[in-house]
Amino acid sequence: MVTATPPIALGLVPGPEVRETAVRAALRTVHDPEIPTVSIVDIGLVHDVRIDADRIAVDLLPTFVACPALEVIRSTVADALSGFGRPVDVDFTFAVPWTTDRLTAKGRAGLLAAGIAPPSAPTDVRCPFCESARVVMDSAFGPTLCRSLFYCRDCRQPFEAFKPA
Amino acid sequence: MTEFGPLAMDFTGAGDGRERALALLLLSMADDEFVIGFSDSEWTGIGPILEEDVAISSLAQDELGHAQALYRLFVELVGDGRDADAVAYDRPPEGYLHARLLDHGRGDWAATIARRYLYETADAARLEALAETSFEPLRDLVAKIRREERYHLMHVETWLDRLAKAGGEPRRRLTAALEAMGPDAGTVLALLPGEPALLRHGILAEPFAAIESTWRARIDGAFGRLGLPALPPTRDPQTARTRHSETFRALHREFTMVRGSEVAASW
Repeated sequence: MVTATPPIALGLVPGPEVRETAVRAALRTVHDPEIPTVSIVDIGLVHDVRIDADRIAVDLLPTFVACPALEVIRSTVADALSGFGRPVDVDFTFAVPWTTDRLTAKGRAGLLAAGIAPPSAPTDVRCPFCESARVVMDSAFGPTLCRSLFYCRDCRQPFEAFKPA
Repeated sequence: MTEFGPLAMDFTGAGDGRERALALLLLSMADDEFVIGFSDSEWTGIGPILEEDVAISSLAQDELGHAQALYRLFVELVGDGRDADAVAYDRPPEGYLHARLLDHGRGDWAATIARRYLYETADAARLEALAETSFEPLRDLVAKIRREERYHLMHVETWLDRLAKAGGEPRRRLTAALEAMGPDAGTVLALLPGEPALLRHGILAEPFAAIESTWRARIDGAFGRLGLPALPPTRDPQTARTRHSETFRALHREFTMVRGSEVAASW
């Protein structure tokens, strides 16, 4: 694990400069393990990035408390930031609740590209395939905690919608 | 220590009255979520219809996640070297502090709906009384959990309605389940020994008795509309979270089986 790297740069040998923009750009390469078209930045998981002399700390917000993808995301983030040459601490926090308002426009487009309707009130959900509004919710509970099941009456496709939270 | 009597066994090292009371609150909530999560997970693969199989599995997963987050707060507070898994799995059955309502086990679908309805509505009332808690990590977690529990309430209220209005066998089974569990329903909101400290330190907004009466008024309204029998008073509230049933012991054997055969196993 990257976090086990000894902090050899601790005030003695100045490490290479690490810019927050570069760290955030690297975080854009980390995708939701279940929705490969969306980065964790665009899904709104990144709460805070702190760059100290001896480490990089990233605080993430779980979409759902029981999300089983958290450990995968944690290690993928650590890997993605390993090139900066200092230890990386990835933590999950509930300091602010993750809500669907945190999704960026790019994140919503990425969901659509994966065939998942972006979150909205159940009456505003549109079919991700044909954009029809003639859709019906089959179940609020889908194959992952953050998705619901819908059916499109026009193109007759079942589809998933990101749950508003 | 005597303040907590037999319930003190798991956190006697947890500092002053405030910390012990908070530890007891966290552990009782965590155990509630853990036990109902495990009971509900028994439906995975055998749900009455495919969508319900997915829904109940999802609900169970949520509850286990909430339990894990609450156990983490507990171990950080108590700091006796155990991690969340050790607290969740390494206690004997009599060391668990879940409410007696959850000792009823899975049962048939109507029993699961009855148990979930009684538990979720009581839990919602408890979470509401913790929304402004002075213990910040719990306040953050409760805010997050309440956003998820809205879906749980919507799900179980829909099913209660559906079974109650269906008449015939569904309604008979629902009524029988509510009658069997009714006297234990209030155990979720039964007085905890550390309540004075919880109130004094602003951890809990109001006494459990007040939370319970708000909750009962809500249940009476719902049951009245559906013509279901009124909820009886709580049986033996003093042992609301102790003396667990053989059904729970069987569940305990089940959920400790993997951990028991390989303690250091990781997922």
